[in-house]
Amino acid sequence: MKNIFLSLSGLVCLMLIASGCQKDVSNRTANLPALNASNPDLNAGNWKTILLSRPDSFAVAAPVATTSPLYIADLFEIKALQKSLTGDQANTIKYWAAGGVLRWNEILRGLVAKYNLPAVQNPDGSYPIPNANNPLAYPLFPFTNPPYAARAYGYIAAAQYDALVACWFYKTKYNRAAPYIVDSSVAAKFINRTNLPSYPSEAAVLAGVTAEMMKLLFPGEIGNIQNRAVEAEQASLMSGAATRADITAGEALGRQVAELFIARARGDNAGKAVGTPTDWTNFVTVTSGQGLTPWNSLETPQRPPMLPLFYKVKPFLFDSATVVSLRPGPPPAVGSDQMNKDLAEVKKYIDNPTRQNIHIVEYWADGVGTYTPPGHWNAIAAEDFAKQNYSEVRWARNMALLDMTMMDAAIVCWDVKYHYFNPRPTQLDASIKTLTGIPNFPAYISGHSTFSGAAASILGYLLPDNAAKYSAMAQEAGLSRLVGGIHFRTDCEVGLTVGNNVGNHAILRAQNDGAN
Amino acid sequence: MKKKIVFHLLTTLVFCLLVTLAKAQTVDDAVMMDKKQWCNGLTYMHSSWREYWEGTTKRENKNLGTVTTQSLMLMSNYGISDKVNVLVTVPYVWTNASAGTLHGMKGFQDIELDVKYEFYKTKIGKGKLSLIAVGGFSTPLTDYENDFLPMSIGLGSTNLSGRLTADFQHGIFFTTLSSSFVWKSDVTIDRTSYYTDHIIYSNKVDMPNQLYSNLLIGIRKSNLTVQGVIMNMYTFGGSDIRKNDMPFAANQMNMTTLGAHVKYFLPFVPNLEVIGGADFVVDIPQLNIAGRNVGQSTTYTAGLYYVLSLNKK
Repeated sequence: MKNIFLSLSGLVCLMLIASGCQKDVSNRTANLPALNASNPDLNAGNWKTILLSRPDSFAVAAPVATTSPLYIADLFEIKALQKSLTGDQANTIKYWAAGGVLRWNEILRGLVAKYNLPAVQNPDGSYPIPNANNPLAYPLFPFTNPPYAARAYGYIAAAQYDALVACWFYKTKYNRAAPYIVDSSVAAKFINRTNLPSYPSEAAVLAGVTAEMMKLLFPGEIGNIQNRAVEAEQASLMSGAATRADITAGEALGRQVAELFIARARGDNAGKAVGTPTDWTNFVTVTSGQGLTPWNSLETPQRPPMLPLFYKVKPFLFDSATVVSLRPGPPPAVGSDQMNKDLAEVKKYIDNPTRQNIHIVEYWADGVGTYTPPGHWNAIAAEDFAKQNYSEVRWARNMALLDMTMMDAAIVCWDVKYHYFNPRPTQLDASIKTLTGIPNFPAYISGHSTFSGAAASILGYLLPDNAAKYSAMAQEAGLSRLVGGIHFRTDCEVGLTVGNNVGNHAILRAQNDGAN
Repeated sequence: MKKKIVFHLLTTLVFCLLVTLAKAQTVDDAVMMDKKQWCNGLTYMHSSWREYWEGTTKRENKNLGTVTTQSLMLMSNYGISDKVNVLVTVPYVWTNASAGTLHGMKGFQDIELDVKYEFYKTKIGKGKLSLIAVGGFSTPLTDYENDFLPMSIGLGSTNLSGRLTADFQHGIFFTTLSSSFVWKSDVTIDRTSYYTDHIIYSNKVDMPNQLYSNLLIGIRKSNLTVQGVIMNMYTFGGSDIRKNDMPFAANQMNMTTLGAHVKYFLPFVPNLEVIGGADFVVDIPQLNIAGRNVGQSTTYTAGLYYVLSLNKK
């Protein structure tokens, strides 16, 4: 009896201890160290740009001399800030010090996850379409499905890269040292000292270019995005890395570069990718006309196919003719021996899924409410890049290569999907239940596999030591769609190959952009 | 989410049902086994919903149809003394959706161990009052998938709970008030990031703690108990399911259920007890009683329990 009482009190104590435990889940990247470039890449002003015709297409005026009263006043602003730094401000500096490209990429992935929700149907069974001109009305604009997301990652990374090349051009041209070098009473707070010139500020170039791009792609988020841009610039100022003039010049340059990319985006056909009811029926008519089984939506009520005209979007790494040339041959016809074999294989996997298979399905699912497969590969890349001691401009170059590759992979993949308009396993055998949500577009070729093949090939080029790891991850991502009941083996295998082929175009660019 | 709901219904309502046992008991009733009495039983539960609350908005989902969770639960309950009992439960759970393509899940869910201690007993007039404390521990028996709601069979957290129960019986009439605080551990999911109301780059999820409260009213005789049950589940924090998003383990899941339970010792087989019950999640907007991030489930339970006395007569 006494013992029981003791053990009961013990349990109560345990609970008290437990309730005192901080349940505090933190981001893996929360405490990354400050950027510490092993090479400041002082020649990056000569790297090959994407849309900018010249690194100095947009003029940046020469800075005032470090002896001028204006500059000295700027230094006083930094010193005053550093004198009264609060704990929150210190944390803001540390957060952004890990790298602007990294942090903006994380913010972007958050926006993609926030907006990746398909619309609920109208009472009449039709589906409302998000409207860029009324982004706050339901359904919110944008719906960041995988192709939309791939394009958003692609544009933002490409614009950041061009903007930083221009930034580096002026940095070396004007060669103005950082505030903490000019004046020893300015501290380098929570950042690593570098001989990289500070004018114009790379943090502000990134804030300007990214905020401007994000406003285009996420028009309902303008207030939040502007706040983050101000925060990033303020962090740089407080850290002693840049003066007010460095920041003003940087932000203006970033915004100007963004305008180039925004003009391209407005004319790249993405706005028409939703298609019309005529387009939607046409895919069915054409496929049936060839004696083939057309894809149909497995949602109730049936939802129009996702962005069926996305294949017309203008790619970054090659022209539209190349998109067609990257198209593989047809999938096995419905009813053929090969297709029956493929179907039986999916059925076998799905009838008694193993825990390991369920794990890889959920690990790679990247479905509704997530940052999508391209976002997943951004996360993988960012966490590996963070170990490489890159400069900001090399971060931007490598993210741009990755994200342009995946955007172009989306275009090529969508071309294949809507060229063949092939059904998913569950359409052919309704007893095939899936271990994650079934995407609302044709099966052949697997988007996950195409994205992953593309990402693994360019990342394997950029980080050769990790090439085998990326290749294995891409294989697993593809396999996850087979064992999850989402795809046939052929969809995944051909998808990986097509993705690799897209990736080769990025490798070709990387070999010739002057950054090696 | 629905699965969660169902899951909670499983653990909570099934326990409620157990409470209905005259000799067999549950964590939230005032029934105590005598010293060296040992009760074992098996309970089947069927719980299903068609409508659910997405945050606070009620809806149906034609890509789920009706989501059903069923379980078989083994329960064992032993009287260490007249005042201290231990209870162990082990549920096997399986789920399915009547529409859409989502795959059902199945497996052993969470084992629960409770120590129940009647620390106070007195007569008030012609009635009897007893006060009971229960300490509980539960943890997943298997590495089931906890991030595939509403099809997952459980949420995957390890829980500690503390319960206080007050029971008053007058003649055959009784009423029981019981409340339990459940502290939940973080859980690990298969994904490496997730969105609640912001993105989190981690596979660890903070699970919000919960409070369960029950009110039982009915008649209790030596061979028969019939009771009405009101149960409220409240979650301290957690996110809402966004419009047309998937449910998530750390959603704020709240609900109130109403039910009726019966337990009866069969006259022709000594020590064999049958139990049965029905509960449903209530939605009374006028009284501000509604669910949140749960399915509006209806749950039926049936079980058989056998009481052994290990006392030397």
